[in-house]
Amino acid sequence: MGIRIIVLAKQVPDTRNVGKDAMKADGTVNRAVLPAIFNPEDLNALELALRIKDDLPGTTVTILTMGPGRAAEIIREGLYRGADDGILLTDRAFAGSDTLATSYALSQTIKEMGAYDLIVAGRQAIDGDTAQVGPQVAEKLGINQVTYVEAILSLDKTSITVRRRLDNGVETVMAPLPILLTVNSSAPDCRSRNAKLLMKYKHARTVTERQNEAEDYLYLYDSRPFLNIHEMTVNEIKSIPDQLGLTGSPTKVKRIENVILQAKDAKRLTAADEGINDLMKELIESHVIG
Amino acid sequence: MANLYNDNRDLKFHLSHPMMQKLVMLKERNFTETGDFDYAPLDFEDAMDSYERVLEVVGEISGDIIAPNAESIDAEGPRVIDGHVIYARGTQENLDALIKAGLLGITLPRRFGGLNFPVVPYIMAADIVSRADAGFVNIWGLQDCAETLNEFASEEQKQRWLTRVVNGETMAMDLTEPDAGSDLQAVQLKATWSESKECWLLNGVKRFITNGDGDIALVLARSEEGTRDGRGLSMYVYDKRKGGVSVRRIEHKMGIIGSPTCELVFKDAPGELIGSRKLGLIKYVMALMNGARLGIAAQAVGISEAAYREALQYAKERMQFGKTIIQFPAVYEMLSVMKAKLDASRTLLYETARFVDLYKSYQHISEERKLTNEERDEMKEYQHLSDLFTPLVKGITSEYCNQNAYDAIQIHGGSGFMKDYAVERIYRDARITSIYEGTTQLQIVAAIKGVTTGGYLKQIHVYEKQELRPDLEKYRRVLISLTQDFEEAAEKVISVGDTEFTDFHARRLVEMAGYIVMSYLLVCDANRDIEYARSAQNFNKMAKGEVKARAEFIRASSLEDIGHYKY
Repeated sequence: MGIRIIVLAKQVPDTRNVGKDAMKADGTVNRAVLPAIFNPEDLNALELALRIKDDLPGTTVTILTMGPGRAAEIIREGLYRGADDGILLTDRAFAGSDTLATSYALSQTIKEMGAYDLIVAGRQAIDGDTAQVGPQVAEKLGINQVTYVEAILSLDKTSITVRRRLDNGVETVMAPLPILLTVNSSAPDCRSRNAKLLMKYKHARTVTERQNEAEDYLYLYDSRPFLNIHEMTVNEIKSIPDQLGLTGSPTKVKRIENVILQAKDAKRLTAADEGINDLMKELIESHVIG
Repeated sequence: MANLYNDNRDLKFHLSHPMMQKLVMLKERNFTETGDFDYAPLDFEDAMDSYERVLEVVGEISGDIIAPNAESIDAEGPRVIDGHVIYARGTQENLDALIKAGLLGITLPRRFGGLNFPVVPYIMAADIVSRADAGFVNIWGLQDCAETLNEFASEEQKQRWLTRVVNGETMAMDLTEPDAGSDLQAVQLKATWSESKECWLLNGVKRFITNGDGDIALVLARSEEGTRDGRGLSMYVYDKRKGGVSVRRIEHKMGIIGSPTCELVFKDAPGELIGSRKLGLIKYVMALMNGARLGIAAQAVGISEAAYREALQYAKERMQFGKTIIQFPAVYEMLSVMKAKLDASRTLLYETARFVDLYKSYQHISEERKLTNEERDEMKEYQHLSDLFTPLVKGITSEYCNQNAYDAIQIHGGSGFMKDYAVERIYRDARITSIYEGTTQLQIVAAIKGVTTGGYLKQIHVYEKQELRPDLEKYRRVLISLTQDFEEAAEKVISVGDTEFTDFHARRLVEMAGYIVMSYLLVCDANRDIEYARSAQNFNKMAKGEVKARAEFIRASSLEDIGHYKY
């Protein structure tokens, strides 16, 4: 008895390896120099989904991502690890979406995808750090949500028990399905790409990608339907245009500034008991420890 | 951490060797499996792309999981509980990651679930994993044993055993016994046919068995009662699920501590005969050992790589007398020798792997259809070259990795002697490579035939005829002169006509051949990529000195002298 899982994933610039060219002169992110990667916590989410698939035969995992054409790479990365299929939601109409417009577009897409039992997403993306999209999607779909999940403890056809990682400890929560979970980086790391799946799916492409490629392998797509990555545009979902893209995004960025963190003067402590005592007091007072 | 495939351009260079085209075409039978398997390559470029992508996964797992686990595995080691081995925590984690990534059964045919990769990318994966943790590569690398099953087991046996290997079951080769080490003809473990159980039962003791508690083991046993030599031995498969073998103890070793080296007790353990009786040692173990020796060579090259990198990084950072120590001639000279040995080892490794690949592919094709005369000749030629190069590469790369590990510690100075730096572990791990799967001395015994029958000389003349850029001609001139020295030395030793005299000089002669072969290979590499010009030059100079010294020694040696060496 398997269940149907949708994984929400995002392609993000790799902000963990920022060089000096990372920001443009106008203060916006220079996406051209930052490699595009699978948002790290979305990989944790994918791993949770794949573990359910490992344990519950018949489970299917579908990746849903919204982004420009090149975000199809996220679907392929999912397929290499064990996802069954994926949908790339891409259209100029979605350009400039903030979290509200993004969650609207994603939820409207999910409504077209048929019945599901579980939606998992990373807690937040490293390019925005808002942690809003997952919860908003759940709200718009009218389903339950549990945030900050790090492990699934048990699962049956009607309910799920998960462990949440919070600032001050852990919490075990049981909830009915369908449900949306957002997953923390404290969850297990995602597995590597699988050699056979990598070779099987490396030619997987969206229709748009195929139009831009050499014709060498075009014959493949009729005989191997699994190589067709499903691309959806605004026309394939029911939506109110005003709620999409830039017009549907109430977030307005007023100003962006470069903040350069500078080390302040160092404080010199003695190795004597007194010095250590002072340090401990200071750390406790500033709530670094205790 | 770094991706240990992507950060090493030498690997990509050797993977892109011109001979790959032919080798891949043969391995893939002209890409005829495309219709049956959705992961089979569509053409040559597609196959090469697949190898690269899979090696990237190996590099990623090696960098992110295996290398960071190496230190804790070395400290923790495996344990024995109730006659079975429990791996160190990191060992199990490494293995799980590789199994999930589908990296077992890399060379096995697709019909058993394998990836059907040629030997070259498989050996490259071993090279990468070994750099991350040389102790771990043993456990993972024992998938080699499956190749022997693929070669000699029946189709029905292959279906049962190989599919299990592909799904992540580990293997072992149970050959050595307390009184049968280098001399495997002395194996005593008894195989008797049981009429009541309708199977072979194995009884006896095996010692020094790497991963002895593996899921599937190949066991060499005496099936012919009353015999005493190799002709009474047969090969069996033992299935751990059936029981009958217990681990009495694990050895406390100097290095490769994560790899459990077991003493095994067989008590009526059921075994399944592979191939024909009496061919266990003389045919199957020989094939098994040849594969394993190439694997050890890959392990040795990985260790050399790790040692060189640790030394280089330390030399660039360590300040003494107001500058980094790499600026001192004594240090940079040492590093350049390490690099030359590393590059020479690796080029010899992949040259050998290509010969093995071509030979094996023809051999498997010959089971499917009759080979043309031309193909048959080629198969024989590559088989000959594989036999010639396998002991050479095992012997030389394992000695070089020890030398590189030694120099890496020297460059670290006192710090290298402490447990705080990885070189200390690398040094201990390196030591076994020139001992197991046949000591260097035994590799020489296997290789000396290549000197006395002119096999190496013939291949050296093939390299001599390679087209080269004008700037590389000077190296060819040196090598032609060294080849004359080698030829004269060999002729002298042969003309004496005494076995002991030949054995006495065997190491010198084989090493002379090795220097000339590796130097030619590096010159060819430099011809293909200017990046290798420095190693080609440095190694050529080194080869000149080393070959001349040996030539002089042999020239001045006579049969009467040998007595002076006996104590």
